[in-house]
Amino acid sequence: MASLQSLDIKQRSATTTSSPSVRRQTEVSKLIDVSKCIGCKACQVACMEWNDIRDEVGVNVGVYDNPPNLTENSWTVMRFTEYENTEANRLEWLIRKDGCMHCADPGCLKACPSPGAIVQYSNGIVDFVQENCIGCGYCVAGCPFDVPRISRKDNKAYKCTLCSDRVAVGLEPACVKTCPTGAITFGSKEDMIEHGQERIVDLKERGFQNAGLYDPPGVGGTHVMYVLQHADRPEIYHGLPNDPSISPTVSLWKGAFKPLALLAMGMTALGGFFHYIKVGRYDVDAHAPDEEHEEEVR
Amino acid sequence: MNGMIRRYTDSERINHWIVAILFILSGLSGLALFHPATSWLAGLFGGGPWTRVLHPFFGVFTFVAFLAIMARFWHHNMINQNDRKWLTMMGDVIANRDAAYPEVGKYNAAQKLLFWTLVTCMILLFVTGFLFWRPWFAQYFPIGVVRLGALVHSLVATVAIIAVIVHIYAAIWVKGAIGGMTTGWVSEKWARVHHPGWYREVTRR
Repeated sequence: MASLQSLDIKQRSATTTSSPSVRRQTEVSKLIDVSKCIGCKACQVACMEWNDIRDEVGVNVGVYDNPPNLTENSWTVMRFTEYENTEANRLEWLIRKDGCMHCADPGCLKACPSPGAIVQYSNGIVDFVQENCIGCGYCVAGCPFDVPRISRKDNKAYKCTLCSDRVAVGLEPACVKTCPTGAITFGSKEDMIEHGQERIVDLKERGFQNAGLYDPPGVGGTHVMYVLQHADRPEIYHGLPNDPSISPTVSLWKGAFKPLALLAMGMTALGGFFHYIKVGRYDVDAHAPDEEHEEEVR
Repeated sequence: MNGMIRRYTDSERINHWIVAILFILSGLSGLALFHPATSWLAGLFGGGPWTRVLHPFFGVFTFVAFLAIMARFWHHNMINQNDRKWLTMMGDVIANRDAAYPEVGKYNAAQKLLFWTLVTCMILLFVTGFLFWRPWFAQYFPIGVVRLGALVHSLVATVAIIAVIVHIYAAIWVKGAIGGMTTGWVSEKWARVHHPGWYREVTRR
């Protein structure tokens, strides 16, 4: 298997020429309505079932989050936050399904040094192609959402694929299929934005004045979006970044600096070559008079 | 040997070439992880995963071997008044002009600057390399430190590679220099012209 949708590739890691992209697909998106989530974790189960991966059985760490973090075997995790809403004087249980956001401008892909180890399909899905993965972890450094995990077993990076294999054949992701409350929906990005807006109107009527859609422009928008009751403060949802973007450090490292560095190395070598052509070597025998030799001549 | 002067001992030369070989291995494997145009270099090391595995070890061994070079040559590389004057005459040096240069010891000012550039680069490369070395160390550092480590590592590596390209060309340029580091011997005349201060010192004994 190379990449799953071989003609639909928008971007490919560590590749400077165009990827096969004759086929244009509709951009898709998953919409997660946090206000409808009951925290049943059926999505976590569906994810491990469809992808046929099993995490280690861990221990209860005192909160509902289980496993406590994303791992190479758990590509989605429910994050539970007990939020004291002081204005409305009530306790809110904010449950966010964490996982890859499938950024339009993916930091992982930008940072990846291995050609074709990360691809972005024209439908917006960002996929890891593990057989091209070298285990360097640059994707971890590039990601603004702390999503990729390197397996200790095989040193390959793993994350949510947005069920690219299911989507490729016209199915919705496994988590969407299984969600019992309809908190997770899937469709074209356009439709999902529209659906999200309807939900936001509804939430505002119910008193959530700051309800809104999380589709952060700093990463060009995402192909996993949230409907948040408190969209003005995404950070209360277990540290969802407020205005995520690719770190300037990563942008500099993987952006302008990279070609300039190669150019500088090449120019230095060329400079040496042309110095050789113009000035040539310094040969002591051809240059400075040899004192001893002069004495002999006299 | 008649008319020849010992410039480098056997162990100094062996040390230099160990550093040189390891530096080239580190440099090529590092470039393979740096830019798509040089990704093909990974093939030299058995593919991407092997390159990722080997690069940090090449780097650590380069650093260790370089420490020995550093200790050996440190005291020859102190910058003095003559060096400052010599640097103002770089134009003459580059044009191969025989000018009234201030007396040069075992190393000229450009060689000394190269030495200190490489000392600084090696220390920075060694330290920043650990910050994003997977799977062993990267997970112990906060993500901001990992990112900064990767950026500084690649910046400093670029400086080091450019410095070494200059070093290699200078050795080709100055006829007799490569012989000094391969056989250990240079001609008396070579020593007198390029390093008169050092020549006086070794012939006085």
